[in-house]
Amino acid sequence: MKAAHSRTLQIVNDLGLHARSAAQLAKLAAEAAGSVWIMKNGDTADATSMLDVLTLACPKGSTITVGIEDEADIETLDRIEALIRRGFGE
Amino acid sequence: MENQKSKEIILKGIGGSPGICIGKAYLVDKEGVDVVKTYMVREAALPAEVNRFRTAVKKARESLRGIIDSTPEEFRQHAQILETHMLLLEDKMLFDRTIEMIESEHINAEWALKKAVSLVKPIFENMSDDYLKQRAEDITHVSDRIMENLVGGDPFNIARIDKQVILVARDLSPAETSQIQLERIKGFVTNRGGKASHTSIIARTLEIPAVLGVGNATLKIKNDDIIIVDGKAGIVVVNPTEQTLLAAEERREQYERQKALMVRISHLPAQTKDGIRIPVMGNIELPEEVVTVLDHGGDGIGLYRTEFQYLSRPDFPDEEALFENYKDVIDVMGERPVTIRTLDINGDKAVNFIPDNFQELNPALGLRAIRYCLLKPEIFKTQLRAILRAAVHGNVRILIPMISGGDEVDQTIRLIDEAAESLEKEGIPYNRDIPLGIMIEVPSAVITADILAEKVSFFSIGTNDLIQYTLAIDRGNRHVAHLHQPLHPAILRMIKRTCEVGREKGVRTYMCGEMAGEPLYAPILLGLGVDELSMNPQAIPMVKNAIRSINTADMDAFMDEVMRLTTPDEIQLLLERDFGSVVSAIESA
Repeated sequence: MKAAHSRTLQIVNDLGLHARSAAQLAKLAAEAAGSVWIMKNGDTADATSMLDVLTLACPKGSTITVGIEDEADIETLDRIEALIRRGFGE
Repeated sequence: MENQKSKEIILKGIGGSPGICIGKAYLVDKEGVDVVKTYMVREAALPAEVNRFRTAVKKARESLRGIIDSTPEEFRQHAQILETHMLLLEDKMLFDRTIEMIESEHINAEWALKKAVSLVKPIFENMSDDYLKQRAEDITHVSDRIMENLVGGDPFNIARIDKQVILVARDLSPAETSQIQLERIKGFVTNRGGKASHTSIIARTLEIPAVLGVGNATLKIKNDDIIIVDGKAGIVVVNPTEQTLLAAEERREQYERQKALMVRISHLPAQTKDGIRIPVMGNIELPEEVVTVLDHGGDGIGLYRTEFQYLSRPDFPDEEALFENYKDVIDVMGERPVTIRTLDINGDKAVNFIPDNFQELNPALGLRAIRYCLLKPEIFKTQLRAILRAAVHGNVRILIPMISGGDEVDQTIRLIDEAAESLEKEGIPYNRDIPLGIMIEVPSAVITADILAEKVSFFSIGTNDLIQYTLAIDRGNRHVAHLHQPLHPAILRMIKRTCEVGREKGVRTYMCGEMAGEPLYAPILLGLGVDELSMNPQAIPMVKNAIRSINTADMDAFMDEVMRLTTPDEIQLLLERDFGSVVSAIESA
């Protein structure tokens, strides 16, 4: 899982990364050509798996790193960043 | 002991329903090995096996889609959970992993799915965050759906058990317990739940011995283990020795003999030694239960819980269906009173009806019972109309749950008037002239009993909730269930005040909580001035007998002493000292 690009972000919505937000994230990540990863405190989850993302347990205020494996997915990374920054529209 | 295959283990829980049974354990565990077929699949057949799995997931997705599309706008939030389930169906950790396992381990789809679930579920179950912990349930729901399609039938269904067994489960939902068929189940044991939980109430109604709140029953008991369930002592014995078995068999026969005797003498009225007749009524949930009430000598229905008709279907029942149900009960009871409690959807039952955006952190303090009904006057009026119509056919009282102040009573009376007016306009027969009562189960209702008494004709003390709200104890939480103490001085003072205000204002005070069904408490309740008791039908004979042994004329000294004592234990001891012999004499008669 060597990330071509990665960004470190903070979870800002009150509920944190719960089922609905993780689902939105997984949907976006599924559009990527290569792998998309979420990392928190040394643990890594597959961003396309809602369950895997949930296992990271990210409440409001957690700092996570989103990484892509394939250069071509930079646009997906942008969109994930935007989604997290606007608190998943909640 | 050497020749004993397994060692005898004794598990302690809470006695949820009296009686003793001996039999084989049947684990209701949705991951249980008995439910899932496991076999190896030949290399050549693997693609077909993977395909079978994909088809099952596709069918699950379609049926979920169907449910979401047919969910009314009002419950959109509920549909959101299902949308989440749709995503989970194809989540890598379930979907991809199951396929990987079929292919790499050459196992059937059911087995692979079960393994995938058992890998991912514990991760959630072991999380400290409550929200994430509960996601384990989502995984169960989703995998059950797929499993259902794989095995080509219903998922595990209690109603289908066809041998005489003792059910062992982590917990049983009200829907599950209601499916249990008496002749098939000898008893049950659950990890969770307490004496006043819904499961326990249903168990007593069905006269099945039950031990709840055992904690680790599903870990300690295996399928087909021989177990003894002692629902009175709250004990489960796993792999009993011959000696233990013989002793249990003897106790079981003794219990059955007592019960038979109690039922025989139950039809005599409950009259105290000094000639005061106390009506002893039955609590019911299903219309069919009226027969049990009459069989046990009940003088009427003191509490008819009406939630079931709402919870056993996806939509709201119409007026006609409700009317028919109420009339069924009234017709059987004849001139005996039937107390219909209006919709009391509460925390553990509200799932289907309270939209998900109301997902409450604290449902016991949330939108339930009268609060829900006043927020949904149309739903409430449908029920009120059905009650007023049924009241033409018998002796009906109407009982409003969870009243916390006078305003709620005023609003309710207005809605009853509106319901009557609409029936009048439509020329439908009804009876508006029926007693209106309120449940006394919120401490504020006790404090303002003087205000409330001006507005109603009777009080009915609901001790389960009154204790929960007064002592701040969740009765379903086994860590604090032992603190759910009916004899707590605070509870006795609450009952005393309610009865005193009632007497002063000419309002009769009844009791329909679990406390009313405990024979040993009868002296205190009569001493405090409760006019009528209503309980689980099975408790009626015992309580009637206890009442017959009381002389209310010389209770004053006893009550003075009770009210002077400062702890529940002291009060319990005093009760046992003065009345224990009477009650145990009844029990061993």
